[in-house]
Amino acid sequence: MNTAAKTEVVKESSMVRQKEMIARNYDALTSTAETGKKVASTFVPGNLNELIMSFGMLNNLPEINAINNGMRRKSGMMIMDAERRGHSEDVCTYVKADIGQMSKGNIAPNGKPMPPPDLLLLSYTGCFTFMKWFELLRHEYGCETAMLHVPYTGDGVITDNMRNYVVKQLKEEVIPKLERVSGVKFDIDRLRENLRLSAQAEDDLVWVLQSARNVRSPIDAYFGGVYYIGPIFSAFRGTQEAVDYYRVLRGEIEERIKKGLGPITPEGDMPEEKYRLVVEGPPNWTSFREFWKMFYDEGAVVVSSTYTKVGGVYDLGFRHDPDNPIESLADYCLGCYTNRNLPTRVEMLENYIEEYQADGLLINSIKSCNSFSAGQLLMMQEVEKRTGKPAAFIETDLVDPRYFSAANVKNRLESYFQMVDQKRSAKAA
Amino acid sequence: MSTSTIIERCNELFEDLDFTAAREWKAAEAGRKVIGFMPVYIPEEIIHAAGMLPLGVVGGGDQLEVIHGDAYYQSYICRIPRSTIELGVTKRLDFVDGMLFPSICDVIRNLSGMWKMLYPDVYVRYFDVPQNYLNDIGGEYYRHELEELRDGLAELNGNEITDEALNASIKIYNERRALVREIYAFRSETPWRAPAAEVYLLMRAGLVLPVEEHIVMMRDYLEAAIAEDRPMRDSCRVVISGSFCEQPPLNLIKSIEMSGCYIVDDDYLLVNRWLLEDVDADGDPLLNLALAFIHKSADTAAKYCTSKEDVGQFLLESVRNSNAEGVIFAAPSFCDPALLERPMLADRMSEHNIPHISFKYAENSGQMQPIREQAGTFADSIKLWS
Ligand code: SF4
Ligand code: SF4
Repeated sequence: MNTAAKTEVVKESSMVRQKEMIARNYDALTSTAETGKKVASTFVPGNLNELIMSFGMLNNLPEINAINNGMRRKSGMMIMDAERRGHSEDVCTYVKADIGQMSKGNIAPNGKPMPPPDLLLLSYTGCFTFMKWFELLRHEYGCETAMLHVPYTGDGVITDNMRNYVVKQLKEEVIPKLERVSGVKFDIDRLRENLRLSAQAEDDLVWVLQSARNVRSPIDAYFGGVYYIGPIFSAFRGTQEAVDYYRVLRGEIEERIKKGLGPITPEGDMPEEKYRLVVEGPPNWTSFREFWKMFYDEGAVVVSSTYTKVGGVYDLGFRHDPDNPIESLADYCLGCYTNRNLPTRVEMLENYIEEYQADGLLINSIKSCNSFSAGQLLMMQEVEKRTGKPAAFIETDLVDPRYFSAANVKNRLESYFQMVDQKRSAKAA
Repeated sequence: MSTSTIIERCNELFEDLDFTAAREWKAAEAGRKVIGFMPVYIPEEIIHAAGMLPLGVVGGGDQLEVIHGDAYYQSYICRIPRSTIELGVTKRLDFVDGMLFPSICDVIRNLSGMWKMLYPDVYVRYFDVPQNYLNDIGGEYYRHELEELRDGLAELNGNEITDEALNASIKIYNERRALVREIYAFRSETPWRAPAAEVYLLMRAGLVLPVEEHIVMMRDYLEAAIAEDRPMRDSCRVVISGSFCEQPPLNLIKSIEMSGCYIVDDDYLLVNRWLLEDVDADGDPLLNLALAFIHKSADTAAKYCTSKEDVGQFLLESVRNSNAEGVIFAAPSFCDPALLERPMLADRMSEHNIPHISFKYAENSGQMQPIREQAGTFADSIKLWS
């Protein structure tokens, strides 16, 4: 099979559907002048999509815009532009890519200008940068802001105090602001219906992610995983479209398992599975393809990743619950991956390595992201100690191309794979 | 007692990376406990009411050689967590019974989890504070958090912490807050009589000494400083902003003043003056502490600002109240909160025609020449244009 034909196969399935969904969403966002729809800007971890939609509002996610610009290699210029305007070279590059995009007319991937948000819904979890990021956006747009403070689960548990605090803020701050901005009265039944759809899609997402437990995994749960989480982490959680997308995706993967196929890559089906890895940390977006290629060329499949849990840790059992709508939104926000303390994160990694029969752990440490990165070296030591499996550490950035050194990353990966080989032969001997 | 004798003692405490004073305090009576805490704020009253010593840990400064700490952190993370780990690994904090990690940024937040893993026998708490400032929402949440802290410390001690004890501690800390305010006001009025490095060391002593001793020390200093005659220099008046967590080397503070800038306000060691006014010492102490935090506390980048207009107001007021002529934004390298907020603060200053410059430092920065030159040029331009 040649590469072109393989690409055809990829495009026939869920990816085509996803691409259309995203395009439609950008079209909806860039045509609010005609439709009169209101827009809430908000973040991926802890986003309240079901609630936003229940007011008939659209959801715009600046991180997704930054990722888009990163993948289209536009973020580098935007970041430098923001730095020229006084933003420090040390801070998160998502923020600078977003601010840079704004200063360049805020053009969406469909080539049309993005409308200014009607509400900055500062609902976020697991990162302090988000708070300052939205203050910076408010500084530029001057629009209405709603803040939802989600406490960090420092002891690894969600306490009643935390939950009550979030619920109260939702009821007394966030919902009244959404009502005011949208002009629509809060309808709990509409919210319940959205949450019901969320839970359905979440079930299928978990099935998809856990399909990587098969030895000869049908998916790559990191590079492929970022596509799989796309709809549910963004503007589609709580829609029928998302339910349909995950049903189709699940069907495709069931087929792959039946046929004994490995993950799809941009160059077609992966011919062999030599290494099974668990990855901690977000990917690099500016060289995403090149980065991925370094793995599939070596037969390395990522069987589980923590990045696919930033917008919700569904595989550990959480589901949005239509019977307890507000409480379940609170639990959702409190439970996102980077809102969990380091011991819990280590435990998750350890369990993933065991449950997915991985050969070891790879950490992609992101210069921009203290939320993920601070403490990762200790996490690596702990996971190595507990599992006896080798771990490796690479450093890149999210959307700043200056911090992706292909040669360095490749070298590290090669030595890591050698390490895994040695470990295997030592075990065999 | 002269200012120099007092400052000499403060300097000894500052340079003592083994925390001997706190160790001695602990050893003086069986059963005493020490609770460490990091920037930017924790309610020391609760620790004090438990009969324990609150110990401020603000990294290792430029005297500590970081050998192990670097193995825990990537190069693009600030210095304070790695030197704090160094203090831990080298057993300089082995007498500390508990560590509190306030909600200030993701680095300190994650350090709380690291501490849990590294020191499983120590009482470790991530100390969260509200970003919602309504009494029945953020206030109630925070009151519960304070209760959890109180109960955690009580369990560690095996004794209940009563409201009476808490109110008595609030009173003592009110006294300290009043004195801190007085010293800052004195310096702002006559900065040549209370050099920034001295005030810094004096405030820093408060992190390691029992509050009662610190109060006496500050009183003595103020008295001595008022009595001493010191030459006034033709320096301009500046406010330092952005140094609320990792601390600059002492030499940096001295360099700024030597280059022709009097520091008339700053955000170093904010814990001593986080609560801006006296806290009500009658009634429900936890509620009173919670309300003071919500309505009468300092501002830093670690706090959410509820409106666009409010961003930078605290700094603006500091400039106005201290009659400052300019602002120096001095933030630690890789300090997300301070560096993310800086453009907004800088815009606010520009709107009000307040000159400002900015630079970054690390707690172990050695080369002061560039900073001296930058601050010197800033001082000259202020003098020229004012
Ligand atoms: S610091 Fe990390 S979690 Fe926070 S906004 Fe940046 S990339 Fe996202
Ligand atoms: S210096 Fe800044 S980034 Fe570093 S721990 Fe302190 S607040 Fe966080």
